[in-house]
Amino acid sequence: MNTVEHLKKGARDLAWFVKGIMGEDAYDKYKAHHESRHPSGGGEAPPVMTEREFWRDQTDRQDTNPQGRCC
Amino acid sequence: MGTRPRTPHDSTEGAGTLDRDPALLAVALDQTTHDAEEAHWTPAKIAIWGGISLLGGLSWVMLAVVRGETVNAIWFVFASVCTYLIGYRFYSNYIQKHLLKPDDRRATPAEYKADGKDYAATDRRVLFGHHFAAIAGAGPLVGPVLAAQMGYLPGTIWIIVGVVLAGAVQDYLVLFFSMRRGGRSLGQMARDELGKVGGTAALIATLAIMVIIVAILALVVVNALAASPWGVFSVSMTIPIALLMGCYLRFFRPGKVTEVSIIGFILLLAAIIGGGMISSTEWGAAFFHVDPLPLAIGIIIYGFVAAILPVWLLLAPRDYLSTFMKIGTIGMLAIAIVIVRPEISVPAFSEFTANGGPVVSGSLFPFLFVTIACGALSGFHALIASGTTPKLIEKERQTRFIGYGGMLMESFVAIMALVAAVSIDRGIYFAMNSSAALTGGTVEGAVAFVNSLGLTGVNLTPDMLTQTAKDVGEATIVSRSGGAPTLSVGLAHIMQQVAGGKGMMAFWYHFAIMFEALFILTAVDAGTRVARFMLQDSLGNVFPKFKNTSWRTGAWLTTGIMVLAWGAVLIMGVTDPLGGINTLFPLFGIANQLLAAIALAVCMAIVAKRGMFTYLWIVAMPLAFAAVVTISASFLKIFSTIPAVGYFAQNRAFSEALAAGQTSFGTAKTVAAMEAVVRNTMVQGLLSILFVVLAIIVMVTAIQATWRSWKSRDFGTNEDTAIPSEMFAPSGFLPTPAEKELGASWDAQARLEKSAKSNR
Repeated sequence: MNTVEHLKKGARDLAWFVKGIMGEDAYDKYKAHHESRHPSGGGEAPPVMTEREFWRDQTDRQDTNPQGRCC
Repeated sequence: MGTRPRTPHDSTEGAGTLDRDPALLAVALDQTTHDAEEAHWTPAKIAIWGGISLLGGLSWVMLAVVRGETVNAIWFVFASVCTYLIGYRFYSNYIQKHLLKPDDRRATPAEYKADGKDYAATDRRVLFGHHFAAIAGAGPLVGPVLAAQMGYLPGTIWIIVGVVLAGAVQDYLVLFFSMRRGGRSLGQMARDELGKVGGTAALIATLAIMVIIVAILALVVVNALAASPWGVFSVSMTIPIALLMGCYLRFFRPGKVTEVSIIGFILLLAAIIGGGMISSTEWGAAFFHVDPLPLAIGIIIYGFVAAILPVWLLLAPRDYLSTFMKIGTIGMLAIAIVIVRPEISVPAFSEFTANGGPVVSGSLFPFLFVTIACGALSGFHALIASGTTPKLIEKERQTRFIGYGGMLMESFVAIMALVAAVSIDRGIYFAMNSSAALTGGTVEGAVAFVNSLGLTGVNLTPDMLTQTAKDVGEATIVSRSGGAPTLSVGLAHIMQQVAGGKGMMAFWYHFAIMFEALFILTAVDAGTRVARFMLQDSLGNVFPKFKNTSWRTGAWLTTGIMVLAWGAVLIMGVTDPLGGINTLFPLFGIANQLLAAIALAVCMAIVAKRGMFTYLWIVAMPLAFAAVVTISASFLKIFSTIPAVGYFAQNRAFSEALAAGQTSFGTAKTVAAMEAVVRNTMVQGLLSILFVVLAIIVMVTAIQATWRSWKSRDFGTNEDTAIPSEMFAPSGFLPTPAEKELGASWDAQARLEKSAKSNR
């Protein structure tokens, strides 16, 4: 790998890390999980939520199951 | 039942079910590989650890023994980081090896309960960040500032030694035990391990402690914003900014969290700069000048509204913003301290170690240990470590890095707060942190008071106070107690040397105020929500209707009760003639440490039930210390005959003065103020009694449970059944060579599967 490739990889890793910390990768994780449980053509797989549906569902779940923040 | 003696729990339990087909890739390294790696001391490794030990030792010598005229802040950084590294490498490893014995062949809840939402295996480095953002808040920033009264050394020793032997141990244990129980909460674990009485006492104590903690955090914000038009403007702008972010995420670009946080951050900077402009106009200064009482009422109303609004609108976006600010600012401060390396002229031990002083009443023992709770040992973390984090952990061995390591990070935040507080002039420190009752709230009063303390090397002039106030863009810095303003002055003082110079001090000051206010407000409404659900759950046992959390009336009613509870304590603190934060902060620390004692007591019962008495001391030692500190602090607060220390002694002194027909007593200048003191001290005293009684009940039931295990030798566990894992991940921040090798095999297999799939 040359310097440019190194820098590119570094930037990609940083973006991955920041997104992970901010929780932005939640939908990707959900989709990956869904696919691993219900590989395509698996017959009666439950429908996968769209991105919009997923984020709504996520905050709605937080409404009924709040998480504390420390002092 | 229970007559057949069982063998003590160890890592071989359930080995039969966890055996894996040798033809498949291993999901864990075996213990011999771990042991071999550990015992393999290469020259490089020896040199590194030798270097760390030497540097750490030298730093402690510089801090504790040499103590020249001044001491450089860099020694705090080296002493803490080296001690953390040694504690992590050796002590947490010892705990892992002998007490917890994690077994990576077992699936974690994130694997066996995986739903892609609440239970989702998360990369250990990312989860470390999540966990750190959830545990670190205003606590480790405020406590060390107040404890700086006693000099720099007591606080430094307690923060560093306390975290290695107590705080990080608690977080690690609770996280591990909760993970083994499918992510059960501390309250549920208390019920399982301690029975009905202990469990109920733990639940009530947790609820009461949450109320007091939310109240005192809110008080810190009120004290930081009162009579500060700039602060009021910029902090209140966070509400529309959060609403905007919430709508953006909901309707415009769902899931673009980083993007919206950057937008929010830019708006936040604009709000800080705008606050400076507005507060320099006449109408702005008048309009945004809010007195403490109306400000407190505003926060109470805000707390209620924020807790009943849907999460997506206010709480979630502000949480993103707060995480962004938290990690960014803490990183920035760490770098700045290393670059600036301020010289510190505060003595190692001040004149106030024996009998207390204007900031914290009472002697070093036990009050240092309750003033600095977060950063050394924080019970509140047990609620986080038994909340979201255990449901996201990939592998059992990672609990050490996340639980123990995460708490070390928070401790480092506390050290930085201490450095920031001791890097400002001592005279200014005391002028800012002595209550208005002592300074009269005026520059002249503060100068006269501070100079009358007879502190060596302190010669405060009125000019120093007015100049500093001008530099940070505030009308006055006299009696701005509560820790946040002092920390902000310290941070501004350090940051301006890195970026912007004196002209930027006001910006940095308000940046720091904003940073603290943001996550305190998040803690306030998240805390109110959590408390509301706990109350609903408890009430539901009597009135089943409350169990239904979507029942609107019930939700509003219970939210209202919780808000009124902390609101009452907040109003009490704001109107207290004795200075509010100085009398209430010990209660905060005691409450937090009692929660820690409860969490450690539950851990002790669990360890005993596993039959691991040889290593029980790992839990018993911090538990005993927390118990001694909190019980003696509580008893002093309840029984001390010194009015400055004992709530009831204060109460008696004022009652007697009232009965004698006096119209002014001590710092209370009117009969109404005297009556307020009588009322407040009574409430504070009763709260102290409540906390200590509940905590003693929990500890006694835990000791009973431990004794039962010892007597009966009937060992077992309330853990979920072991389920074999199907995945592999390294355990620490950096993978070891053996982990790397195994990880590479897994990667290769994943690539193979992928190409096979695409070829089909």
